[in-house]
Amino acid sequence: MNTKRMRLFWGLVFGIVFGFLLQKGGVTKYDVIINQLLLTDFTVLKIMLSAVVAGMIGLYLMQGLGWIKLRPKAGSWGRNAIGGLIFGAGFALLGYCPGTIAGAIGNGYLDALTAGLAGIVLGSGLLAAAYPRLKEGMLKRGYFGNVTVPQVLKVNNWAVIIPMAAIIVVMLYLLERAGY
Amino acid sequence: MNWFTEVEWSPYVVGAAIGVLSWFTWLVSNEPIGCSTSFSRIAGMIERLFRGKRVEKKLYYQEVKPEVDWQVMLVMGIVIGALVSALLSGDFTWQWIPSVWGADIGNNTAIRLIVAFVGGILLGLGSRWAEGCTSGHGISGTMQLAVSSWISAACFFIGGILIAQLVFKVIA
Repeated sequence: MNTKRMRLFWGLVFGIVFGFLLQKGGVTKYDVIINQLLLTDFTVLKIMLSAVVAGMIGLYLMQGLGWIKLRPKAGSWGRNAIGGLIFGAGFALLGYCPGTIAGAIGNGYLDALTAGLAGIVLGSGLLAAAYPRLKEGMLKRGYFGNVTVPQVLKVNNWAVIIPMAAIIVVMLYLLERAGY
Repeated sequence: MNWFTEVEWSPYVVGAAIGVLSWFTWLVSNEPIGCSTSFSRIAGMIERLFRGKRVEKKLYYQEVKPEVDWQVMLVMGIVIGALVSALLSGDFTWQWIPSVWGADIGNNTAIRLIVAFVGGILLGLGSRWAEGCTSGHGISGTMQLAVSSWISAACFFIGGILIAQLVFKVIA
């Protein structure tokens, strides 16, 4: 297999593992996602925050060893805050996100396969159409670049990673103790 | 094998495993886990079917090429992985209306599909506007400690919680 084929093959393999995990986690289900947004079930946050703790420690260790080079995305308030809020509205109405909708389709959920999927593709196309005007306008508002939290605080990466991991673990523990 | 036939795993096991999976996507493919760019590429490929090659001249599609790449394959893989998991545990069901929706809003399929469609449009628009989704920003970007991703992830949930409350507590 040539390199390009091999790359696509690995994408598929990682996707299969990711989809398997999402389904086992229950987040391919509308009910689990909407109950998170209604603050009655915290499965989504538990999964995301556990992934962040495990991922963050591993990635920064590997970067320290020179094995990988991380690429934090550049951003701006106009891009991330406005886009994030639009996303949030869609997240609540659809009850799936771009990754979990693929899992929901695999789970047999037809609202995801039909209207949901069509909507996401159309919405992505709309952004592409509006992009020339947005690029130099709203998407530039409050630009801050590809900075990380340690860079903003001007501290060593581990001075953020260790306390953040600790805070997340304590938060999850308290959430469990409160019965969620 | 019992493990693989269980319907649900602990969210902490699933989350930690996703974190470990992301070590390997970086190591093997030099890529963070992400999904929403794929929908831009798919939108571009569909547009190209109707409007031809000139679609590739659009500013957005010069930056995000309408082609099948690593991440599009990842998204296809998610469908397969979820299907396998659901079949193994007997959790696979054809379903038009999710049960929480049915109980609180009703069993009219057309209404569910209209709202899902509008939600999908906002989700596609918002994820590409923010340049990432719950995976690209919410998981992969936050674990890189990117400021853009922490702001995006916070706004996903602020927007989501507000609209969910509005739909289920005020309208329904």
